[in-house]
Amino acid sequence: MAENTVKKIATRESYGNALLELGAENPNVVVLDADLAAATKTGVFKKAYPDRHIDCGIAESNMVGVAAGLATAGKIPFVSSFAMFAAGRAFEQVRNSVGYPHLNVKIGATHAGITVGEDGASHQCNEDIALMRTIPGMVVMCPADDIEAKAAVKAAAAYEGPVYMRFGRAACPVINDRPDYQFEIGKGTIVKEGKDLTIAATGICVGSALEAAALLEEEGISAEVINICTIKPLDEQIIIASARKTGKVVTAEEHSVIGGLGSAVCDALCKSYPVPVMKIGMQDVFGESGSAAALVEKYKLDGKGIYEQIKDFLK
Amino acid sequence: MNNLELKKTANEVRKSIITAVHSAKAGHPGGSLSAADIYTYLYFEEMNINPENPKMEDRDRFVLSKGHTAPGLYSVLAHRGFFPVEDLVTLRKLGSYLQGHPCMQHVPGVDMSSGSLGQGISAAVGMALAGKMDKKDYRVYTLLGDGELEEGQVWEASMFAGHRKLDNLVVIVDNNGLQIDGPVAEVCSPYPIDEKFKAFNFHVINIDAHDFDAIRAAFEQARKTKGMPTAIIAHSLKGKGVSFMEGSVDWHGKAPNDEQFETAMADLEKIGEELLKEEA
Repeated sequence: MAENTVKKIATRESYGNALLELGAENPNVVVLDADLAAATKTGVFKKAYPDRHIDCGIAESNMVGVAAGLATAGKIPFVSSFAMFAAGRAFEQVRNSVGYPHLNVKIGATHAGITVGEDGASHQCNEDIALMRTIPGMVVMCPADDIEAKAAVKAAAAYEGPVYMRFGRAACPVINDRPDYQFEIGKGTIVKEGKDLTIAATGICVGSALEAAALLEEEGISAEVINICTIKPLDEQIIIASARKTGKVVTAEEHSVIGGLGSAVCDALCKSYPVPVMKIGMQDVFGESGSAAALVEKYKLDGKGIYEQIKDFLK
Repeated sequence: MNNLELKKTANEVRKSIITAVHSAKAGHPGGSLSAADIYTYLYFEEMNINPENPKMEDRDRFVLSKGHTAPGLYSVLAHRGFFPVEDLVTLRKLGSYLQGHPCMQHVPGVDMSSGSLGQGISAAVGMALAGKMDKKDYRVYTLLGDGELEEGQVWEASMFAGHRKLDNLVVIVDNNGLQIDGPVAEVCSPYPIDEKFKAFNFHVINIDAHDFDAIRAAFEQARKTKGMPTAIIAHSLKGKGVSFMEGSVDWHGKAPNDEQFETAMADLEKIGEELLKEEA
């Protein structure tokens, strides 16, 4: 498929649009921001439901605590900020005021990963999946496209308990536009069947993995691509079943290879079906300024970069 | 309750604090004792609560932001009938619902889990905001330590509460003047506490934390205060009621041994006897 014909939408836009729909469906849904409503794309909700949008100012720690208090009174708060601040700055508030009492707070973290782009390393959070998945009872989701992001937000609202959702700043291709698309928290999806190796990917890397699989296919290598939106609880069954078939697993994520999807997949495989695994992601380095496209190319998270790393792995 | 009944109840609460901490061989007696009169007033006079139905929908809420003084909260909840007083001796023991710091999922009457300083006040602010959004008339109370004021989140929450004019919120500061490393004025002074809350658009009341007339007057004034939250700066004595714990930083987070336990209980028994004489 030609690049210019694929519809592209940033998942942060999907987050805002899904909240707008939820606002109409459920009066208990409230949205909190820390002076970033324009960037987190919750502005559409703010405009439609000004009484249910709470701007907390630049104070993420307090915002998470306020959300916890709102949840005890029956509200369904969606806390919105950049991943760096929602999962990073406010980690301990999320852990102690939301995770420990298992409150019904949803965290919508936008601007995750290196595709933040020009703002540079201080704002490129490559650690949030690792941080959030260590909190007992926390659901962690990283949608791959617009359709999945909206479905994940809706599913989070329907689920009782804390949820962390990770969204991107940059537009990414819509890959789930099909009539039979279904979403369920904790379920992975095989987006391309294959027999020679398994690529488990999350977020924008699902699109990249599909591109890499197409390049491999041209050389007669059949890759199975699994979209893992829910990193916790992980769909261990789908990964182990695929590993049994292919005997090799590659993980791909716009996140550190320490503690993210790659680690979660290894955790699952090592206890029941150990196979060689290559973790593609940020290799224990900080990002830098640059366009999202240039960064994804440099750090080998685009289709070509993933293809090349897989070729090395298969040598 | 009249003042004498409140004093007698607070004295029983203090005995339970000592009993629980002694049994646990760990815990925080100093700041539990300094706040015992405030706890007693809140749960026996001020708050609209129901021990038979701890999650009553429109109840008043309390968040113990200084969560380490859980022995004080547990003791008052037990004496108010939320759970058996006998259970207090299980404090901090494996399998007990009375965790070292309050856990809302397991303790009847605990409205928010707390313990990490600075976080409780934000949750209380969220509860107060929910009340305003839903046009409910319940009130929200949160108790902070003076050392806790060193946490930046306290001021994030205060800025938000003042900005949102949350007049259904009362922040109480147990100003006993001591934190683990020494006097708060020496460690990293939060003073002037009252001026700080005023600057964040709070109505501020300074009181003697052990004078029930003053406590009553302050909470009545808070109810009448509209358009701004209230901060009650409760000037207290750490370890109040137990001679060797009073004004001593050593008893911030330490349990009495058996001998010290006997002395402490004798001190409180004596106070109880004096209160009985006052009654007669």
